[in-house]
Amino acid sequence: MNVQEKIRNQVTENSIVLYMKGTPQFPQCGFSGATVQILKACGVHDFTTVDVLADPAIRDGIKVYSNWPTVPQLYIKGEFVGGADIVRDMHQQGELQKLINSTVGL
Amino acid sequence: MTADKLRNTIINGLPCDHVEVVGDDGQHFEAVVVSPQFTGKNRVQQHQLVYLALGERMSAEIHALSMRTFTPDAWAQSAIK
Repeated sequence: MNVQEKIRNQVTENSIVLYMKGTPQFPQCGFSGATVQILKACGVHDFTTVDVLADPAIRDGIKVYSNWPTVPQLYIKGEFVGGADIVRDMHQQGELQKLINSTVGL
Repeated sequence: MTADKLRNTIINGLPCDHVEVVGDDGQHFEAVVVSPQFTGKNRVQQHQLVYLALGERMSAEIHALSMRTFTPDAWAQSAIK
């Protein structure tokens, strides 16, 4: 399985996936840490995270997969939602909460 | 890298009504980009157009670029300008 197939499996087999630098407990980047906090603020606590610093192939591959040059990257139900700026804007406008509610069936 | 250089690179690569870039430490920048090209596109597609304008050579520095994108209509209704 190549890295693009691996990523596709990760984002389709898990409803909410965050590619980030570090872990939710120990984020290695302010943008990644802020995105984790936003997901928690939306009531999401059991999302899947992938530490791109632990896997160089994923770190490069995720940028190709989404045609997006930066990490973090949030995926919901297999769809690329956005990076830190977009997640922040969607959260401020209430759109992220709606999307999450419809995903987890709240 | 300077805010002016970043602004010029965006303007040269994407037809824009309005571009603001701030940041004076050479590493961290915040941009507001208003372009008619954004009309009908979602946020991801709008940001991808800006990344395209910035080009590969800047991808190493893009980590420190925070941006907000607006269509001309959305910008006209925006409270942040």
